[in-house]
Amino acid sequence: MNALLATIPYWGQSLLRVLGGLVAVLLPAGTVVYLFLFKMMSFMQSRLGPMEAGPYGSMQLFAEVGKWLQKEDIHPERADKFIFKIAPLIVLSSTFLLVAVVPFGPDAWFTNFEAGVFYMLAVSSVSVLGILIAGWSSANKYSLLGGLRAAGQLIAYELPMVLAVVGVVIQAGTMNLQGIVMAQNAGSMFGWNGLGNPYILTQFVGFLVFMIAVQAELTQTPFDMPIAESELVSGYMTEYSGFRFLIFFIGEFATAGVFSMIASILFLGGWGVPFRWFGWTDMASVANWMNIVGPLILFTKMIVVVFFVMWVRFSYPRFREDQLQRFAWKVLIPVSLANIMVTAVLKVAF
Amino acid sequence: MAKPKVPGLLKGLGVTFNTLVRTGVEGAATVQYPHEKEAPPLRARGVIALHEGNCTSCMLCARSCPDWCIYIEGHKELAPPRRAGGAPRKVNKLDRFDIDYALCMYCGICVEVCPFDALFWSPEYEYSEPRIADLLHDKAKLGEWMQTVPEAPEYEAGAEKKGKK
Repeated sequence: MNALLATIPYWGQSLLRVLGGLVAVLLPAGTVVYLFLFKMMSFMQSRLGPMEAGPYGSMQLFAEVGKWLQKEDIHPERADKFIFKIAPLIVLSSTFLLVAVVPFGPDAWFTNFEAGVFYMLAVSSVSVLGILIAGWSSANKYSLLGGLRAAGQLIAYELPMVLAVVGVVIQAGTMNLQGIVMAQNAGSMFGWNGLGNPYILTQFVGFLVFMIAVQAELTQTPFDMPIAESELVSGYMTEYSGFRFLIFFIGEFATAGVFSMIASILFLGGWGVPFRWFGWTDMASVANWMNIVGPLILFTKMIVVVFFVMWVRFSYPRFREDQLQRFAWKVLIPVSLANIMVTAVLKVAF
Repeated sequence: MAKPKVPGLLKGLGVTFNTLVRTGVEGAATVQYPHEKEAPPLRARGVIALHEGNCTSCMLCARSCPDWCIYIEGHKELAPPRRAGGAPRKVNKLDRFDIDYALCMYCGICVEVCPFDALFWSPEYEYSEPRIADLLHDKAKLGEWMQTVPEAPEYEAGAEKKGKK
């Protein structure tokens, strides 16, 4: 793979990376929106959802995008125009930065940081900046309230997410996402290695805390206090229309897809299958066809994870602001701290 | 034996999941409107039809209409007497009877108030127009709606008949 890459000139490699990044962000976003937002939500409400555009409404997304692109790019008169205009781009760029560390196969990755987990957690909080300045620059009290709520919520739930991932890092002994995939698929659970060691089983508490924190990071119901359409119109997105709203929208669901990919990498074994099944022992011995099959496996696992995120989203009512903060600080953070301690003790004991 | 208690959070997830499966297996509760149509109930308030022969242009409907959406104009005409040698009768002729469905709020007071059974409810509902002015239905159009007025169903057994005793 690397030998193949070396023959392509630098600009060609960059172009391929950009294309790959676009596919890795937009494909999950489109799938998530069509499969879950359009179809699953409709079915859960005993209706069919979009059916007219294309077979079973599968072209609906293109219709929606076309509609948004036609709209005028307007901003409030008293808005801070420059900041108002770049805010959605900052939110979306956080998604692109996130996908940069996601490994899709033994050689199929954009970057392979040693401190991938650290980078991932750091970059995911860039979107808070975008949301906060979107709320502030709109010159609208609803936007400002939404932006403040979003900032409070995202910062509160960043902590349990970080702490939940620490358990995984302790168990894998590495912060490299590729190394975590490998540790799960080549590992063993208390001496039994038929399934490898997917951390969803040995780090179940961590997985639960991580998924709840992800739900809050994505501001999906029951954690959609920043949007809260019944009180804040649309929160920090109130004043946005046209393609800037579209970018917020894509950002929301692309981040849902990318976070689900990261959840499946951290807890479900990522792109891999248990290496034992095919007689592989380490990263070097993994067959080359995993570069093609790996992304598909990761994509399937992502769909499963998003299913749970969206299932919860469509089932629960919204948390109140104080309940939301209390839940993060009084429940999730102590639980994840205890999880770290238990993991550390067990790691030393075994 | 009491059922084991399921936490409400899981129960909620169960409700949505069961609906998801039910919609997938049995189909949705909704109808794909332009392709398939639900038959409205017999007494649905779709559109008001005019039986012109019964109308005496007494203006009761126009005056009781909360939206003032009924426009009636008429004049008196002399008709031949009933019996030979009598004086000619005066009858009201209807020149104009319009209902503006852009204003109508489908309260049905005009139908209730008509003492001569000239107005009827019809369950037809597909008469939207691209131009708002076309929603003003004139005498001829209101007369056409009479074709769609269903026969009143039989009273239920044991029901008390209202009206004439």
